[in-house]
Amino acid sequence: MTRVREHPPPPGAAPRASASRARPALRHRLAERGVDRTLLLLAPGAVFLVLLFCYPFLYGLQLSFQPQRGGGALANYRAFFGDPYLRETVWITLGLAVPVALVNCLAAVPVAFRTRGPFRGRRLITTLLVMPITLGTVLTAQGLLGYLGPGGWLNKTLLATGITDTPLELVHNYWGVFASLVITGFPFSYLLTLSYLTGIDPGLEQAAATLGASKRQRFRHVTLPLLAPGLAVTFCLSFVLAFAVFPSAQLVGDPRGETHVISIEAYQAAFQKFDYSLGSAIAMVMAAVMTAVVLVVLAWRSMLYRGATGGKG
Amino acid sequence: MSGTPEDPGAPEVPGTPGTSEAPTAPGAPATPGRPRRARRTRPVHPVRRVRRLRPGAWVTVLVFGFFFVNLAGVVGVPLVDSFGTRWFTSWLPEGWTTKWYGSAWREFSLGQVFWTTALVSVLVVAVSLAIGVPAAYALARRDFPGKRIVMLLFLLPILVPPITYGIPLATVLYKFQLAGTLTGVVLANLVPSAPFVVLTMTPFIEQIDPRIEAAARMCGARTASVLLRIIAPLLLPGILAASVLVLVRTVGMFELTFLTAGPDSQTLIVALYYAVFSAGIRTQQSIDAMAVMYTLSMLVLLVIALRFVNPTQLVTRVKEDRTAG
Amino acid sequence: MMSRFSTLGLDRVSRDFGGHTALEELTLDIAGGEFVALLGPSGCGKSTALNCLAGLLPLTGGAILLDGERIDSIAPERRGFGMVFQNYALFPHLTVRGNVAFGLKMARVPKADIVRRTDRALETVQLTGHAHRRPGQLSGGQQQRVAIARAIVLEPRLVLMDEPLSNLDASLRLEMRTEIRRLHQSLGLTTVYVTHDQEEALSLADRLVVLRDGVTQQIGTPGEVYGRPANRYVAAFMGYRNMLDVTVTAARGARLSLDLAGARITGLGRAPLSAGDRAVAALRPEDLEPAADGPARGIPAAVEVVEYHGREFAVQARLGDGRPVHFRTARRPAPGDAVELTADPERVLVFPPDVPAALGASRPGRRPGGSPRLRAVTP
Repeated sequence: MTRVREHPPPPGAAPRASASRARPALRHRLAERGVDRTLLLLAPGAVFLVLLFCYPFLYGLQLSFQPQRGGGALANYRAFFGDPYLRETVWITLGLAVPVALVNCLAAVPVAFRTRGPFRGRRLITTLLVMPITLGTVLTAQGLLGYLGPGGWLNKTLLATGITDTPLELVHNYWGVFASLVITGFPFSYLLTLSYLTGIDPGLEQAAATLGASKRQRFRHVTLPLLAPGLAVTFCLSFVLAFAVFPSAQLVGDPRGETHVISIEAYQAAFQKFDYSLGSAIAMVMAAVMTAVVLVVLAWRSMLYRGATGGKG
Repeated sequence: MSGTPEDPGAPEVPGTPGTSEAPTAPGAPATPGRPRRARRTRPVHPVRRVRRLRPGAWVTVLVFGFFFVNLAGVVGVPLVDSFGTRWFTSWLPEGWTTKWYGSAWREFSLGQVFWTTALVSVLVVAVSLAIGVPAAYALARRDFPGKRIVMLLFLLPILVPPITYGIPLATVLYKFQLAGTLTGVVLANLVPSAPFVVLTMTPFIEQIDPRIEAAARMCGARTASVLLRIIAPLLLPGILAASVLVLVRTVGMFELTFLTAGPDSQTLIVALYYAVFSAGIRTQQSIDAMAVMYTLSMLVLLVIALRFVNPTQLVTRVKEDRTAG
Repeated sequence: MMSRFSTLGLDRVSRDFGGHTALEELTLDIAGGEFVALLGPSGCGKSTALNCLAGLLPLTGGAILLDGERIDSIAPERRGFGMVFQNYALFPHLTVRGNVAFGLKMARVPKADIVRRTDRALETVQLTGHAHRRPGQLSGGQQQRVAIARAIVLEPRLVLMDEPLSNLDASLRLEMRTEIRRLHQSLGLTTVYVTHDQEEALSLADRLVVLRDGVTQQIGTPGEVYGRPANRYVAAFMGYRNMLDVTVTAARGARLSLDLAGARITGLGRAPLSAGDRAVAALRPEDLEPAADGPARGIPAAVEVVEYHGREFAVQARLGDGRPVHFRTARRPAPGDAVELTADPERVLVFPPDVPAALGASRPGRRPGGSPRLRAVTP
């Protein structure tokens, strides 16, 4: 219905009192904008997060500019980027996190696509797919060491079937950590993709079908464009999860070489060398690198359609 | 729980009259305004019924298969090992035993560790509910200037990986002599948990029609009665879901607990990590037994969680600015 | 227990939403026992007015007086009004009985009285057999009855109804309409009823308030509003579907001679108009009919679309200059037929043209098939 505001008072209508009304009370004007006592309910949570999230972060930032060993405000950052062994951790971590996030995202799409509709055993399948969340790093690491190790079941099978002559080296190197990150990260990207996918109105695909689009065309031209922004977010979250890899790099990787990731360095600086300042500085570098990657992905995402997908609100 | 993918964790309210959009309301007739839409979509349904294995499906089956076979291997090795006597290069151990569970329990004083884990988890759940539910209510019901900033404040601790803010947070907790204590562990774990409750609860609260609250008021109910007799019962499924999810996350939270726990305040997952790192003296099998115990307890929690919520809520629910409906 | 009042006064009640005026200075006196309908299209401010009355929305201006006492700052739960919501807003976790008894519990009525009064209310709305069901197990009409029972069980001083029938299908809507009227007659509860359906308002209310964009257009009995709309906007809303631009050629008091694209008709002026003025003639389709054969002295038009409506045919025709005109007839005309249309001068209402009748086109009463889009279909 049209809501034209500027129209002359119709004849026969109640006369419009010309006396201008007094300005409503401040409390009312605030309430009109949604500010009332209900917002006090936010206070405990907000205060808590400011104290335990924002303050430590800012404290860490400030601390990172006060090197314990002196040398000026930027000494920590100079030390980090000046040492090739330390500087390299950024690339090592990126080299792990980006492929892992890509694999997790790309594998999640067909699996989520298959499991979105109701079918018999759906609950069991999703439970199984989600199960690795319960494994925890240690069991995953123990399992990987045993399973992928030189004498493990995988290599035994490969040797027995004659696919390889010598056992594959899959643990205590890049691939061990890679496998560990995929196992723990895949359920997350799967669930996230699934929730985005179920948010797309199936009617859209049906409409495309009535217009003669084949299954592949429907996926390519309807589902994928609507899913892409969600996939960007999924990629970001998988990346962030993988970038912060810590225990598995120690347990199944090669923490002094191939999987000398940045979080190990941050932890060792802060809690083994007790150089909180350097530890904070490395944590800040981590945050900065992650933010940069996430921003790049989100910038790409901002070019996509991000409106309603017709499904659940 | 209905468990339909369309309404993640819909509170168990048969046909909430408030949601005229919900197509699942049993027995409720189609809203007169929109019967045409239902009629239009129905004939297309049989198209989706046809499910044969096309090339795309084979890819999925392969992905599934590869994932599950390797997963079985990864889970199987420690599980078999924890029940085996000696296992070197053969396919299976030489004999079977359960003694490692007993020795792990004694060796790592798991009684103490389980108690700490339970205590930390229950405290985190209770406090994060107390903080998170009211905040979720305010965020779901009010639009106010600066809401986006507050939303960001509640989103960031979930999006930022714990190790990043955990290091400065642990530093601050050390400064106030809270690190190494149970309080410190609980405080650190609350940082992602409280926002997580907010995120989990918001859709549950949004699902309750504000007019139901208005109706209660029109029936003469004061604020306390509205909260106690109307909101709380309707939110109960959501609160249960949030509690179980926070419980799962807390038991599984390695980084924050690792960075803030002292020897007396380790939860199971951190104790496991330390057990591996001092593995020189310990036997592999008791570590595996401990890992199996950890996984089993997580599995129980997960199965309980899946009874209450749609699995897509287990991960961060990134709420998009969707304007559908 | 029931506390009656003699007048409920709304004195220049206004409500702004951040610069947008949803309701502008509504002044209205409601007598005890009266049934008042607030009528208008969505967004006209009728629900805002109701929520202000209920106390669910604070006023930005004006006052609400109950027997001379200001009540607009009292919390909704302490006003003692009952309300029926558009989507019923039943408590989904409570049974039918629990829903109806809720208000009595809040008022700390003794248990035995709660049972007795709940039973009576359920009996009134004929739901005794469903007392132990939950709202989700009920049909729309039954949910509606629960909502009504919940509102009347407290015997409130005032019952507010916010489009209570709009979620029901057509036949149920008619049935519930009669039900609401019957309840009002038997219980005598003062009622303020909000609707966008003029038929509903006309059939239920003792008095109508027609609103548009938050501004009161007309207050009057159903007969007044139906037969003597105050302006062309109200006319359009009350089913005067033909809004024809005319020129006044002569004026004798309220009786006007009009020129309609060359044809001459006479009508009743609803505002002072004089010869030479441009004006709008409002006509219901059912007041316009083709002249019998003979010396034609009507408006010439060509039949374009014919719809079968049971007892009669609804016809859209075009005037000589291409403007559409709607009329009813018992005899089926064929598309392309030339007709001469005549009308009782008493039924031709003439308004000044200055109120844009934006609603005339998009909400043509409750008759189907009159959408302007149909014009393109026929040759």
